[in-house]
Amino acid sequence: MSLTTPVAFTPEQLAEVRRLQALYPDRRAALLPVLHMAQDAFGYISLEVEEYVAGLFDLTPAHVHEVVTFYTMFFQRPKGRHVVAVCHNLSCHLAGAPRILAHLKERLGLEVGQTTDDGRVTLLSVECLCACEHAPMMQVDDRYQFDLTPARVDRILEELR
Amino acid sequence: MTGERILTRNFHRADAHTLAAYRETGGYTAWEKAQTMEPTAITEEVKKSNLRGLGGAGFPTGMKWSFIPKNHAGPVYLVINADEAEPGTFKDRYLLEREPHAVIEGMLIAARAIRSSVGFVYIRGEYVEPWRRFSAAVREASEAGYLGGGFDVVVHRGAGAYICGEETGLISSLEGRKGWPKLKPPFPAIKGAFGAPTIVNNVETICHLPHIINRGAGWFASLGTKTQGGTRMYSVSGRVKRPGVYEASVALTLRQLIYDLAGGVTGNGRLKAVVPGGSSAAILRADEIDVTLDVDGLKNAGTMAGSAGVIVMDETVSIPEALMVVARFYAHESCGQCTPCRECTGWIYKITERIVEGRGRKEDLDTVLDVARRGVGTTICAFYDGAVGPYISYIEKFRDEFEALVTK
Repeated sequence: MSLTTPVAFTPEQLAEVRRLQALYPDRRAALLPVLHMAQDAFGYISLEVEEYVAGLFDLTPAHVHEVVTFYTMFFQRPKGRHVVAVCHNLSCHLAGAPRILAHLKERLGLEVGQTTDDGRVTLLSVECLCACEHAPMMQVDDRYQFDLTPARVDRILEELR
Repeated sequence: MTGERILTRNFHRADAHTLAAYRETGGYTAWEKAQTMEPTAITEEVKKSNLRGLGGAGFPTGMKWSFIPKNHAGPVYLVINADEAEPGTFKDRYLLEREPHAVIEGMLIAARAIRSSVGFVYIRGEYVEPWRRFSAAVREASEAGYLGGGFDVVVHRGAGAYICGEETGLISSLEGRKGWPKLKPPFPAIKGAFGAPTIVNNVETICHLPHIINRGAGWFASLGTKTQGGTRMYSVSGRVKRPGVYEASVALTLRQLIYDLAGGVTGNGRLKAVVPGGSSAAILRADEIDVTLDVDGLKNAGTMAGSAGVIVMDETVSIPEALMVVARFYAHESCGQCTPCRECTGWIYKITERIVEGRGRKEDLDTVLDVARRGVGTTICAFYDGAVGPYISYIEKFRDEFEALVTK
């Protein structure tokens, strides 16, 4: 998503915002769902996006900023086209998550939190994704990837464009 | 030994998540029956069943419902906690994906009991596939007329924060704020979501309701122990041959679960330790596993049933390293509202990290124990008290292993 993308929802998206707000006794409750929408639309939640969303709710930008920074799934800086998030909690750790993470760092030439130069992949390590029966595992965008080995990680990476 | 599977009986079916499959196996017949029952009769039935909350706290479900003020004039909300994030636990993910209509039918029954006209299902943001599956089931249930005629379901996605599984943190998050827990009292049943009386129930808890209504409180109670009825879903992971979800009576022992259901220990085959109820539960040594898995059984053993997330460690596992991983989790997930929790979780993580890296000091172990104990009971929610379970038990039960590292 380029930086010149104007921060404004389409009329259809605005209608969805109003629909979401009407689902709750207090429209503020639609803030998380609308922030998910905003991230999908604008790539990440910049200060400008926070201000725009605040306007849709008649909230202060400070309130929206407080919410955005509290949750791990909202990105405050541009992210890659794909997000690879390796679970590093206990069951995955016991099953070799550190080895999987080291392999990813080497293959991508990244540290955790960084994005490849071509904007293809952002690498994260995260707390429990609750798929411990398939440890080690990771989340790639919307999908959980189970029972990882370095070879399987390589195949998954190859499919990411 | 393990008896009948109830919640997971259709898990083998590829179409179990569809309305057609759910109806084929008796789905929504309990809701038909519940509509002929007085709301108070439903609550009484659930009380008699000895159903206890299966999200972690183990509070009696019927009793929780009865705290809703009688003849309350305004709205009452039902909130389903599907913010599953307790390390070692993955059962709700299966229910959302494979039995979403059981969640909806359970919600209809609970809503009638507490006189609620709208329910919110708060699903952790990372659970994208479960969220899609469950949302599709809500659409099916609406089209079939189960929803929309007096009770509606709103599906709400979280955005990645463990504390939002704590019921008041969840409510704050649902209201469009950061997920800071609230002081109790007032309890949510008096003043919860949007200032109205609110019941927060876990996904698995709610899925038991159709079966209790159809088959009776006595039947459900007889499946378990004196103080807890039914079966529950155990999430088993770590060093076992067959990790996965197993449904069995709450009277099952930890030994039976590990050896008979999950196939025994991998690695060198020798069991070292088990976390029985998600990462917040105190760890048990190999010689402490002849204990039943019900809430009171594990409480008496000095730990907790929690979310029934069972993490198994064989003798190749380093306990200090395991504690470092767990401590990192609590340091990362503390919401930061209460000073003892915010500061101590980070401090303890730093200490455990330097111990594992061979830079530990002799006094470190006692510092962790001292810091951990001082913080207990000083915070708004149970997060810190939960973190203390592993801090203290790992060191007390495996002190030799820690000392071997700090004397290097």
